[in-house]
This record gives sequence, C-alpha cells and structure tokens, in this order.
Amino acid sequence: MKLAMLGEAWRAMGANRMRTVLTMLGMVIGVGAVVLMMSIGQGAQYAIQQSISSMGSNLFILLSGHTSTGGVRSAAGEAHSLTVADAEAIAELPGVQSVAPIHPGNAQIVYGSYNWNTSVIGSTPAYLEARSWPVVAGSSFTQSDVRSATRVALIGQTAAQNLFGDENPVGHTIRIRQSPFTVLGVLGTKGQGMDGRDQDDTILIPLTTAQRNVFGTPFPGTVRMIMVQTATQEIMPVVEKSMTELLRQRHRTREGMDADFSLRNLTAVADSAAESTRVMSLLLGAIASVSLLVGGIGIMNIMLVSVTERTREIGIRMSIGAREGDILLQFLLEAVIISVVGSSAGLLLGIGGALLAQAMTGTMVIISGSSILVAFGVAATVGIFFGFYPAKKAARLDPIEALRYQ
Amino acid sequence: MSDAVIRIEGLSKSYQTSAGLFPALKDVNLVIEKGEFVAIMGPSGSGKSTFMNILGCLDAPTLGSYTLDGRAVASLDSDELAGLRNRTIGFVFQGFNLLPRMSLRDNVALPLIYAGIALAERQKRAHEMLARVGLDAKALSLPNQISGGQQQRVAIARALVSHPRLLLADEPTGNLDSHTSIEIMKLFEALNAEGITIVLVTHETDIAQHAQRQVHFYDGSIISDQATPVRGTA
Repeated sequence: MKLAMLGEAWRAMGANRMRTVLTMLGMVIGVGAVVLMMSIGQGAQYAIQQSISSMGSNLFILLSGHTSTGGVRSAAGEAHSLTVADAEAIAELPGVQSVAPIHPGNAQIVYGSYNWNTSVIGSTPAYLEARSWPVVAGSSFTQSDVRSATRVALIGQTAAQNLFGDENPVGHTIRIRQSPFTVLGVLGTKGQGMDGRDQDDTILIPLTTAQRNVFGTPFPGTVRMIMVQTATQEIMPVVEKSMTELLRQRHRTREGMDADFSLRNLTAVADSAAESTRVMSLLLGAIASVSLLVGGIGIMNIMLVSVTERTREIGIRMSIGAREGDILLQFLLEAVIISVVGSSAGLLLGIGGALLAQAMTGTMVIISGSSILVAFGVAATVGIFFGFYPAKKAARLDPIEALRYQ
Repeated sequence: MSDAVIRIEGLSKSYQTSAGLFPALKDVNLVIEKGEFVAIMGPSGSGKSTFMNILGCLDAPTLGSYTLDGRAVASLDSDELAGLRNRTIGFVFQGFNLLPRMSLRDNVALPLIYAGIALAERQKRAHEMLARVGLDAKALSLPNQISGGQQQRVAIARALVSHPRLLLADEPTGNLDSHTSIEIMKLFEALNAEGITIVLVTHETDIAQHAQRQVHFYDGSIISDQATPVRGTA
C-alpha cells in the first residue's frame, strides 16, 4: 500500500520532469550551501585549534620594554629590561609551571654546500616544555648545556629539510654565523602558527650560547622575552597579577609609572580567534540555512500549483475509493521525495565544492558526519513541513467540486 | 426487502446559495432491489445529478435516510465512505475520467491500490477486467491513444475491478456517438445479466430504453417510476 503510494508519487513527479528538477534545484543549492559552509567553517575552526595547541597552552609572553632615546622609540624588547634573574624569580611564583627566557634572532645557517636563513631561538629546555614541542629524533639539550653555553642545536622540520634534504641531521655540524654547532636533535612538526608563519622553520640553541656567541648582547643576563606557562587556564589571571607585581618590584617601578615590560596572554588571543571563527562558521551556516528555507518555500509553491492542477485527478481518486489519508500521503511523499533526492544531490555538490575549495585554495575543510546529518535532517523536515499544507489542502477537497474542475 | 441495494426514505437536499436556501431534492423515496437496471431521467436542474452524488456517497443528504447494501450511510465516517466507494460502488462518468498519464492497465488497477491489494494481484485483475471489455490487447496504451468508446469501456472496467454490487453511471454515453452508445449500453445489459445492479442517469429516452425501470425526476421530486414498456432490443 505504502509502496504503491510511493509509485504514484514518483509517477506524478515524472510527468512534469522540468518542474520537478527545478524544484529540486532549490533543495540542491540549499543543502549544498549548508554542507559547504559547515565544512569550511569546521575546517577553519580545526585549523585554529591546531595552531592553538601547537603554540602551547596557558601561555604568557613577557616582552622587554622599548627604549626612548631623544624621542626615537625603539621596538618592544629593545630595552633589555627583563633578565634571566627575573625569569628565575617568576619560576618561584605559585601556579607557574615553566618559565623560558628567550633570545630570538635570525641567522644564516650553513651545512656543507647548503645554506638557509632561518630564525634562531636561544632558550632553555623549559621552552620545549612550555610549547609542548617534542624532539622526534636525537635528544634535547639540557640545563647544563645552557649553563656552559655549549654549541648545540635542535633543528625544526622545515630548516632540516632545507639544509639536509633527506639526510638525518642528528650528529652533523652546522654553522650559525660561522660558529660550528652540533645538531643534537630534530623537533617535531608544528605547522603554521597563529600569525601564519611556519613554526618549523627554526633552530633552537641554548640561551647563553645565543647571547654570548651568536647574537651578543650589550647587557649580559638580559633577555628579549620570557615565556611563562601556568599550571591551569583558570589560574592565569592570578599569575598575571602576581607576575606584574613581582616584576614592578624587581625593576623598582614606582606607583603610577609605566612598567618597563609588557605582558601578553597568548591563550586569550587564541581563544578570541577561535571564538571568532566559531561565530563566523555559525553565521555562514545561518546564511546557508536561509537558502534551504527558500528551497522549502519553492517546494510548497510547486506543490500548491500541482494540487490545483490535479484537482480533477484528486476528485477521480476520491470517487474510486481514495481516503483523505491516501491523498495526503501521496502529495506528502511527493514533497519528501523532492526534498530527499534534492538534498542527496546537494550533499554531493556540497562535498564536491568543499573538496574543490580545499584543492584550489588550500583551505582546510572538514566534512563531518554531523554536518551531513544536520543538512539531511533539516531537508527532510523542510520537505514534510512545506509539503504538509498543500497535501492537506488536496486531501480536504470536496470530491464533487474536484470532479467538476476542468 | 432484504435484497434492497438502495433504500431511500424521505430524502431532501438543500443548498445554501446567495439567493437563499435552494431545495435540490424534496422528500424522495426510492428502493432499488438487487439486480435491477434503473434509468434516472429528467431535465437539467431536476435534481438527478444531486441524487446520483448522494447515491455515490460523494454528498450527504440534508434530511432523510439512505441505506446502501444494508448500511446507514449517514452514520459512516469519511474513511468508511471511501471504503464504500472503493468496494461497493463502481462509478462511470460522462467524461470517462481516466488519468491521462497512466496506462489503461494502471487506470483499471487504481481502485485496488486503495483496497490495499498487492501489485501482482492488481495487475492480474486489471488484465481480466480489460479482457472482459475487450481491450486487453491495449493494456499498456495511454488513454489518449484510444477512442472515446474504448475509453468508456476502460472506465467501466475500472468501475468493475473491485467487484462492486452497484454500478452508478452518470450520462455514460453523453460524449459518445449513437453507434458507440449502443455498444456501451449492450455492455451494461450484459453486466446486469450477470447480476450487477446498475443505476444510470441519462436524459436520452432511447438510452433509457435499455434499462428495466425508469425513474423520472422533475424539480427535485420523483414524478414517475415505471417499468420500461418494451425492453430495447433484447
């Protein structure tokens, strides 16, 4: 019985193919848009989450203040106001998990006949801990390397690729600004950072080596920045306050005077980025849903036309024994078939579009089962919802009036 | 009395129009026994179409009672009425009323869908009925590929497919030429001879001659009810 009704609905749709296809197109575009937008939105969200977790969690960055000489103000970090001793003092604060003083720079690296310019970071083993950055080959340098300023280096994936190709860098000697360094280990892949820079294009050396041998510093013991990781995210505001107080005290900053350092909450920045992507993808989804709604209204419109056109047919069916429920079911099935077939096509279109977008622009897309389910569920609901009124109208027709209809 | 297919007592039907209440049928009484072939006659506006709609359970009377095949129609809900139209009554219309996009076989099988009969059985019975009206060879044609007389025979096959006790025909020859009309009427006579009760609405006296009994309507009332004096060619 139900199967026979399905056949009846299918037959009616086949009778006006062009119209059926055009009505379906509304659903195709609606569902396609929803799937595409959700895929791109979720991809963006995932990318942000990746770069957040690659950055490390619960991080503060302390930057040295800027100098001001005769009205010329230099960049933050130039004032050499932060010291290694500051870092050690911060490490004593409650809630602080690891502290890494950092002295960054850029240098030309040479290995054999290859050379490569990359960022060289002078820091301590705590840096790897704070950024949860594993050493995938060889081993890390230790605190004693930092104390004795040995010439050892850890190399990032991109730098390793450019200097060594497929060769294993561990144990080889590279030259950083003419000084020979032994490569102790290779760092794991981090990918793109929040600012879009390749985090793997880097070389990590002991802080003291960077200060004394590579970049030099006019004020021994000072650092450009300090990375601080707290134990939990909840404790971050407390640590921020105690750290600021500690540093003002240590730097003898008087009440009302500007601090000679600046503090950035990287996690907060990352969170707001994640939040904005989330809102963005929600917005995209909402806009796409509007087209789904428009598709649904299209179905209702066509079904109403169809009911009017087929008034006589409905009358005939009633006169030979169709119950109201039979007529209702027939027209409802038509609407549901249109929306389900349309959404299936839209699904393929959306997935295809998402994959195409990924191939063409390199944007990460994620086609999740949940977004497919949502699009499909909404489409079926739209079909039933917008098909119900016309179907009810058909079922309520007076058979005598319907039979008289020309 | 127990064999009455149709028993109508004190039946009236009024329509609300802009000019006030219009009485289409006034206090009609009629009993039709099993196996009768009755022609309902009368000029247009005499109420015979309204009467047919009520007989066919498409319309409900304002007053009076209608008992079809032993069941009081007024007490039935719309699904039960649909069931009566499906199994107890077969309709034949002036305009044939076949569904244009369906093959003849599917048209004939259509009532069986609503009776909940499986596909194979539906097609078997549709072929049987088409064979009965001499059109099984064209079972897969569409209605617009055959003549008017053939379409009416398909419509009769459709009306008969669920083995109804009562065949209601509303001007079945109205759209046909006289030669084809006679063929259709012969078919009705043959069906009647097999025991099917037939009620036929017509305004043509020579068509009415094929029936055994003629009921004349005028202005909403039955003015005469008599046996056909000389029955057609039979």
